Amino acid sequence: MQEAMKARAKELLADGSVNRVAGWKIGEFSYDITPAIFETAEEIDRDFVYDDFCGANLSKYLISQSRKEGKILVFLKPCDSYSFAQLLKEHRIIRENVYIIGIECYGKADINKIREKGIDGVLGIKESGSSFVIDSIYGEATVPKMDVYAERCLVCKSKKHAVYDELIGEEGDVVPSSRFDKVAELEAMTPDERFEFWRGELSRCIRCNACRNVCPACSCENCVFDNPNSGIANKAAADSFEENMFHIIRAFHVAGRCTDCGECSRVCPQNIPLHLLNRKFIKDINEFYGEYQAGENPDEKAPLTNFTFDDCEPSIVYKRGGNQ
Amino acid sequence: MKKMQAANLNDFFRAAAAAETVYLPVDSADGARFMKYEDGVTLSMACNTTRSAKDFFFPQVENLVDFKVDGKKIEVIDGREEVEDFVIFGVRACDLASFEILDRVYLNTPPVDSYYKNRREHGTVITLACGRPQETCFCKVFGIDAADPAGDVTCWMLGDDIYFRANTEKGEKLIAACGSLLTDVDEAPVENAKTAIRAMVDKLPIKDLKLDKISERHLLENFNSSVWKDLYESCIGCGTCTFVCPTCQCFDVREFKTNEGVKRFRCWDSCMYSDFTKMAAGNNRLSQLERFRQRFMHKLVYFPANNDGVYSCVGCGRCLKSCPISMNIVKVAKALGGEANE
Repeated sequence: MQEAMKARAKELLADGSVNRVAGWKIGEFSYDITPAIFETAEEIDRDFVYDDFCGANLSKYLISQSRKEGKILVFLKPCDSYSFAQLLKEHRIIRENVYIIGIECYGKADINKIREKGIDGVLGIKESGSSFVIDSIYGEATVPKMDVYAERCLVCKSKKHAVYDELIGEEGDVVPSSRFDKVAELEAMTPDERFEFWRGELSRCIRCNACRNVCPACSCENCVFDNPNSGIANKAAADSFEENMFHIIRAFHVAGRCTDCGECSRVCPQNIPLHLLNRKFIKDINEFYGEYQAGENPDEKAPLTNFTFDDCEPSIVYKRGGNQ
Repeated sequence: MKKMQAANLNDFFRAAAAAETVYLPVDSADGARFMKYEDGVTLSMACNTTRSAKDFFFPQVENLVDFKVDGKKIEVIDGREEVEDFVIFGVRACDLASFEILDRVYLNTPPVDSYYKNRREHGTVITLACGRPQETCFCKVFGIDAADPAGDVTCWMLGDDIYFRANTEKGEKLIAACGSLLTDVDEAPVENAKTAIRAMVDKLPIKDLKLDKISERHLLENFNSSVWKDLYESCIGCGTCTFVCPTCQCFDVREFKTNEGVKRFRCWDSCMYSDFTKMAAGNNRLSQLERFRQRFMHKLVYFPANNDGVYSCVGCGRCLKSCPISMNIVKVAKALGGEANE
């Protein structure tokens, strides 16, 4: 797969179809891959990588990259392509400046899950069938890939691309996913239990803004939380209310636009399951307005920016057990 | 040198906690983090905490002063309170070195930061020699000895025993208070352990990171280097590296209106943020490239130039583990020094 991608990228660079390539660059160890822009065949030969650790979603980089001189090639995994399509729908990416190669993906590994298994000092990781063979300072270990795949991959919603110009590998299908199970579990809690759960999680927030900055749906040029003129600029949470507020506002703001790519939870240095907030909104939207997947269909009107007579009334809150 | 059975560690914490609050690394949902000792709390065996220990002396948010407004009368209320004595157990050599860097900024150069000083004076630091360094550790690059950190007391965990060495008067006092748990012993086992730790550190993959081409002498060359353009491009401009960093020391002073007047506080700031050091005249670093460069130039060039050659990095490796896109000071230093990643 990686070799086919490299060959095609070099071909497109050589024939002038594109002048840059957005992909993933090899790191110090096997797992610390960095998104990167490649401009020459030499750079691609030396640094380009595509493997089980290329979890980073490249779509958001296209907001700025598509505004630069020339055309850029980007490799998109199925879930990344949903983010891209949603950004297109919001007119945030200049489509004609981007050439998309859709690539297949069977899940991406999470280095933290490897560390949680007590495998530390990781120097290198090799694939061996359905397992990883991990070379570490403290010896060698083998783990089944499924055991260390990211949560978002274990509940993958689609192996099918929402948008692409050409494909490398097989195109898949939308697949059944159990991604709302944990949300249902939270819904079954009493309000106090649920509040307790979220305080336990959100109290760890250090307001590094990684979740916001990585989020393809968070594409405001100046976030209200950064803007001194907004009146609610907020560099650090002063209390628990402000800790909650940042995340709740963010979840509301991306509601109906979040494709559930899971980048927020991937990047959180404090291991907060932020994707659960977004999935709650997605689940509610599905229940209120019918099944809707953001980013899936560029021509479909989004339920929260559209009106139909079948839309639920605000009183739905009470029907679902809210206090009157 | 004194010794205690590791099984009695909780008794030690209890004895120390009788006099003052004790904090220690404890396993939690976000990895190891410093928590207050209470019955039932046990020491984490992790190499280090996810967040650094700087929070003890330089918390993320700190109230500075209140202005009480009554008509045309403004009363200034100093919000400082005398901090109670506390003990931090299990500080690693890298984090201890970070305190010395923060001291240079807040304590040793006038004006002294009295908020920082207040906390620093009331803290007793018990360091713990590293037993299981990680691939992300590179403290040796900065001359830090993971095998023998200083602090008020130094501990070594060797099998079933913990060895204690008091280094300061504060440390002596603390050890004396827990005297009945400890017995006098010979230093030989600790010396052997130190040799073993140093041998382990010598095998770490990035212990030889070269910084000789990054310095005040190369200031313009480093500043104008073409590598910044390639490196910064994937940076998402979040503050993760700066907030998990034990030496990042920048803060912002903000105010907000309360019912009675105005509250002034400070909070950590990040040079990665678009409004960092924003002035009336505007922003002095308009692009992410400039902001990204600032962080690394500060740590590797400007800070040493102003501080007897001491780098503002201690090689703890937290940014290597936490950066959302795995860009970090090691990759930057290698690129600036003309080395490729391995």
